[in-house]
Amino acid sequence: MTGNVDFRSLVAAMAETIAANAERLTELDSAIGDGDHGANMKRGFEAVSGDLEQLAAKPFPEALKAAGMKLVMTVGGASGPLFGTFFMTLGKELTEETDRAGFVTAFEKAVDAVAARGKSRAGQKTMLDVLYPMLEAMKQGADPDAVAARAEAAAEATIPMLATRGRASFLGERSIGHMDPGAASVALLAGAVAQTLKSHEGA
Amino acid sequence: MNVGIVIVSHSPLVAEGVADMVRQMVGDEVGLAWCGGDPAGGLGTSVEAITKAIDKAWSDAGVAVLVDLGGAETNTEMAIEIIGEPRASRITICNAPIVEGAIMAATEASGGAPLASVVATAEELSPL
Repeated sequence: MTGNVDFRSLVAAMAETIAANAERLTELDSAIGDGDHGANMKRGFEAVSGDLEQLAAKPFPEALKAAGMKLVMTVGGASGPLFGTFFMTLGKELTEETDRAGFVTAFEKAVDAVAARGKSRAGQKTMLDVLYPMLEAMKQGADPDAVAARAEAAAEATIPMLATRGRASFLGERSIGHMDPGAASVALLAGAVAQTLKSHEGA
Repeated sequence: MNVGIVIVSHSPLVAEGVADMVRQMVGDEVGLAWCGGDPAGGLGTSVEAITKAIDKAWSDAGVAVLVDLGGAETNTEMAIEIIGEPRASRITICNAPIVEGAIMAATEASGGAPLASVVATAEELSPL
C-alpha cells in the first residue's frame, strides 16, 4: 500500500494543500469556532516539513508516528492532539509490509483513536464526519481518488449539520449553514494523498 | 507534600491572572504553575508548555489541572499521556470553572488534602 510512495512527497503534498487553503480554513473557523484553524494547521505541517529529512530517514510507520507527535506539539489548538493522534495511531498500527486490508484496519483504529481523544462520535459536525465516510469507502474497496471524493462530499455534508461537540457547539443552531473546518482539513488532506498516490502510480 | 496546581488557559493573561489570585488568596503552600498561548504566541494552548507547567508544579502527592475551553482540555490530556506512568495517574484535570476551581483546589491542597479531595472540592463548583 505504501511501499511505492515515499513519505516525502506525501508530506509535501499535505503541507502544500494546507498552506494553500489556510485562509479558507481560518475563515470557516471564524464562522463557527475561534478563527485559528488554518493558521494552526499550517504551522503544524510547516513544522513537519521542517523535519522532513530527519523523518523520512525513519521507516514509514515510525515517520508517521513522529510526524503525528510533531503536529501535537506545534498545532496549538485541539486540532493538534486530534490530527496528531490520527497519524500517531496510523503509524503504530502499520508495518512496512502492511497490505491494503491491513491499511484499512489501521485507518479504522486511527479514526477510533481520534473519536476517543475528542470524546466524540459521528454526527456531531466534526472531522469524524469525514473520517468515517472515508473508512466506509475504503471498506467498500474504493480507490484513493474515490475515497478523496467521498471525503469532499462528506465535508460538504457537514454544512447543514448541528454542531454538538467542539467550539462550534457553543453556537447551537447558529452552527448550521457552515462547513466544519476540521472536516474541511481532512478532505483537503485526503485529496492531497490521493493526488500523490496517483502521480506515483503513473511514474 | 501538598498537591500541586496547574492552570491552563488559551490566554496567558488569564492563566497568569488566575495564578496571581491563587497566590494571593492561598499563599505559597502549594506548587503552582500556569501556561497559556499556542506555540506561536497566539491564543491557544501548547502541549509542550502544559508538560513543562506540570513538571514545575509537580508534587509526589499529584497535580490538579484547571483548564478553560475544549482545546485546553484535549491538549492537557495529550500532555498527561506523553508524561506517562507512573506520574500520569497522579495528574487529574478538574471539571470545574478555571478561576473558582483553581482557588478552591489550591485552598484544599494547602491543607494537605489528597489529590482526590482537591479535585472533588473544585468539581463541587460544576453545574450537574
